[in-house]
Amino acid sequence: MSDVYVVGIDMIKFMKAGTGPAVEQLGAQAALMALDDCGLKIQDMQALYCGNLGQADAMVGQRVLQQIGQTGIPVVNCANACATGATAFREAWMSIKAGVNDVVLAVGVEKMGAGLLGGGGGRKGIPREGLLGSMTMPAVFAEAGQEHARKYGTTFEQFAKVSVKNHHHSTLNPKAMYQIETPLETVMGAEMIAYPNTKLMCSVNVDGSAAAVLCSEAKAKQLGLMKRAVRVKASVMTSDPWQERDLVMPDVNTCTRIAAKKAYEMAGVGPGDIDLVELHDCFATAELLHYENLSLCKDGEAGQLIDSGATSIGGKIPVNLSGGLLSKGHPLGATGIANIYEISTHLRGEAGKRQVPNARLGLTHVIGLGSACAIHVLEKVA
Amino acid sequence: MSKPLPAVDFLKIPDQGDPYLEGHKCGACGSIYLDAREVCSKCGERGKIAATRLSNDGHLYVFSVVYRSFPGIDVPYVSAIVDLEGGGTVKGNLIGIEPDPAKIKMGMPVRVVYKDALGRKDREGNSYLSYFFEPR
Ligand SMILES: [Zn+2]
Repeated sequence: MSDVYVVGIDMIKFMKAGTGPAVEQLGAQAALMALDDCGLKIQDMQALYCGNLGQADAMVGQRVLQQIGQTGIPVVNCANACATGATAFREAWMSIKAGVNDVVLAVGVEKMGAGLLGGGGGRKGIPREGLLGSMTMPAVFAEAGQEHARKYGTTFEQFAKVSVKNHHHSTLNPKAMYQIETPLETVMGAEMIAYPNTKLMCSVNVDGSAAAVLCSEAKAKQLGLMKRAVRVKASVMTSDPWQERDLVMPDVNTCTRIAAKKAYEMAGVGPGDIDLVELHDCFATAELLHYENLSLCKDGEAGQLIDSGATSIGGKIPVNLSGGLLSKGHPLGATGIANIYEISTHLRGEAGKRQVPNARLGLTHVIGLGSACAIHVLEKVA
Repeated sequence: MSKPLPAVDFLKIPDQGDPYLEGHKCGACGSIYLDAREVCSKCGERGKIAATRLSNDGHLYVFSVVYRSFPGIDVPYVSAIVDLEGGGTVKGNLIGIEPDPAKIKMGMPVRVVYKDALGRKDREGNSYLSYFFEPR
């Protein structure tokens, strides 16, 4: 089986939710940017894998092609909660692995509404939100963080430091939604949404898109695209195995742990070999859980890891240099490919002020609640 | 006045006796679900799942104090996940305690109590009975 390479990749600057153009135009922008990044045309693409959640039943991929070239290629539309973009990328990867295609396009795109996600209700009877606890996302991830606090004594301040760090990183990323420093007292003093998550500890709803061109090794060489290519060393997905509290408490940990273990095995590397990580910081509480889930530190040491500065720019294992979902923004269907863009940019040495020096290996992680976890390990080629 | 309806299907209101929460337990592996089902999603056994009455005593596993919710929903309130004695985990509001993170202790003993569903009514004007947790 051929190795698979990212040869073209880009994302638009994320923008305030609801302010972007129509979803197909939003997706088309990133698709054209990714094609331009490698100098290929839509006529060169053998298939399109499109990730979008909000209009999952509305043929978004085909509508993107209607904007940039209706070449008649197969289009697969993917929806997998917040793992949607990564799922589209992985399907593209798999089609090359399988030898069906040798150059394909993956697009992730989302137009978002403002306000709280989750909650649900609307079934028969009466609304349950605020009656049977909360199913809003800030509360669900607050409770996930509290489980860590219960076990290890993790503090509100430690969770808040995640947000300070990621907002700081985003000041170095012109494509992030925000470029604003948020000191600890600002984060902790912001409106409390669901303890311990304040407003600045919740991801930002944005409109956004990202796209990647994936290629087999033979094709990349034939096209002369190996110089800036990024090797996909591992692509792993999991769903959530049965857990005791499943029915009332989504488990984002186990599926990540299993995926991480498989990804390190597939890539033939260990967590210590990874130079930078983009992980699913949908809420500040989540980032600390994933330090341990991805084996960036031992169980119970995530609080110390954020305190030590190791996950900040210049640290031993920088996490979410893009600003993360907390400040770059979280367009659900685009996030999985935007994370891969961030890592690829560092591996190409093109990340400007936030560049990790001599980055060779990076890892991306997303979680779609419900649950789907996707992890990719990417390696510098040249 | 007519009898209130249960806020969720797993809250049972018998004609005689007190309301209670009902679980569905797998006879093969002991896993407890809150809905009736044919197949156990832990062990895969079919047709071994039977209704069981859940305990009203439990311990607070984790909580969040919710300060922002959807329009029309009173805040703050305590969203709580409770492990019941003898098995089963349920989510609900923790009441009878100040909604202050510093005052709520994870692991504290709580009991399930049954009260009107905060005055919420459906389109037909029916009242509902819900469950809550209280410190014990
Ligand atoms: Zn079973």
